[in-house]
Amino acid sequence: MKIEILGTGCSKCKALEEAAKQAVAQSGLFAQIEKVDDIQKIMDYGVMSTPGLVIDGKVVSTGKLLSVSEILELIKA
Amino acid sequence: MWQESVNTIVYEWLALPQENKLSDALNFFIYDTVKILFLLTTIIFAVTLLRSYFSTEKVREYLSRRNEYTGNVLAALFGIITPFCSCSAIPLFLGFLQARIPLGVTFSYLISAPLNNEIAIAMLLTMFGWKVAALYIGFGLMVAIIGGIIIGKMGLEKEILIQVKPIEGEIKADVQKIAFKTRLLDAKEYTTDILYKIWLYVLIGVGVGAFIHGYVPTEFITSIAGADNIFAVPLATLLGVPMYSNAAGVMPLIEVLTAKGMLMGTALSFMMAITALSLPEAMILKRIMSLKLIGIFFGTVTLGIMGVGYLFNAIL
Repeated sequence: MKIEILGTGCSKCKALEEAAKQAVAQSGLFAQIEKVDDIQKIMDYGVMSTPGLVIDGKVVSTGKLLSVSEILELIKA
Repeated sequence: MWQESVNTIVYEWLALPQENKLSDALNFFIYDTVKILFLLTTIIFAVTLLRSYFSTEKVREYLSRRNEYTGNVLAALFGIITPFCSCSAIPLFLGFLQARIPLGVTFSYLISAPLNNEIAIAMLLTMFGWKVAALYIGFGLMVAIIGGIIIGKMGLEKEILIQVKPIEGEIKADVQKIAFKTRLLDAKEYTTDILYKIWLYVLIGVGVGAFIHGYVPTEFITSIAGADNIFAVPLATLLGVPMYSNAAGVMPLIEVLTAKGMLMGTALSFMMAITALSLPEAMILKRIMSLKLIGIFFGTVTLGIMGVGYLFNAIL
């Protein structure tokens, strides 16, 4: 599983990355977490409101700082 | 009602003398902070909840189907209801261009969105009432629409430093279904977040305001920001541009200044300059557009804001 955090370095983006790390640790799954701050790549995903969360190439959330439990649900879905 | 309670606290419980500068200032401070924080919480919560029904992706889909002038007007209007923070200015800007929305229309949105942010609107409603808030929004829209049209006419597309691939075919926004309860919770969280960020600024703003209220003579304010000084509007605008995160703190100050003779148009210019233009935003935009374009953007908006100030002072 590959989880990407889209964001150009705002405080919410960093917080989302932290939350994602915790969610992965709690889920017990093996997942690769990557922070994407290249604006070109973010645009390729069609995301306009950061932070964005991408799981396996699919945008699952935009413009929102998700909680650990919310990310856990998305990972398991 | 609230004023009477504060009077009781200050004059009876604390047993401070009436008709005294210190107790006056303290009375004002308690009255204003509690009033502002209470109303601010209510209004920000309501605005945030309402906004959760509009997403920038939706707006983009809608705008991509309009022509220029209607686009400018709609983009400015959408700026009121969609959330905006300067950290998302870049993806938003490029996202609009990606959807083949004209540059001028994109700028109309980019001017309107920060101008009509929830903190500014909430503070205005709280301290000046709905009339001034409506005037602020109305004139703000005017600046956004005209500014966007002017920038659009200048043919500045080549001043964008990053080339985005336009989206082929129809622009479609995915709609995420969100339960009402989730929206309520989100709004609550967001409101707490904002209050946490701005409460200190509000306290400082009201504190300085209370000081001016109690100690600075009215004649002094009138001579600087009143009708006699024709340079008050440009001065207020130029002072306002570098201030941004302190919008919450500056508004209580303006309340006192207008009560002491600062003209309303001058005050409006000041507020608009604070919210619409900020140096951090310019630094962020520098990554995707040339200095020339940023200069034109800031210049156009600054002139527009000054125009609004003079116009308003002349009418009233």
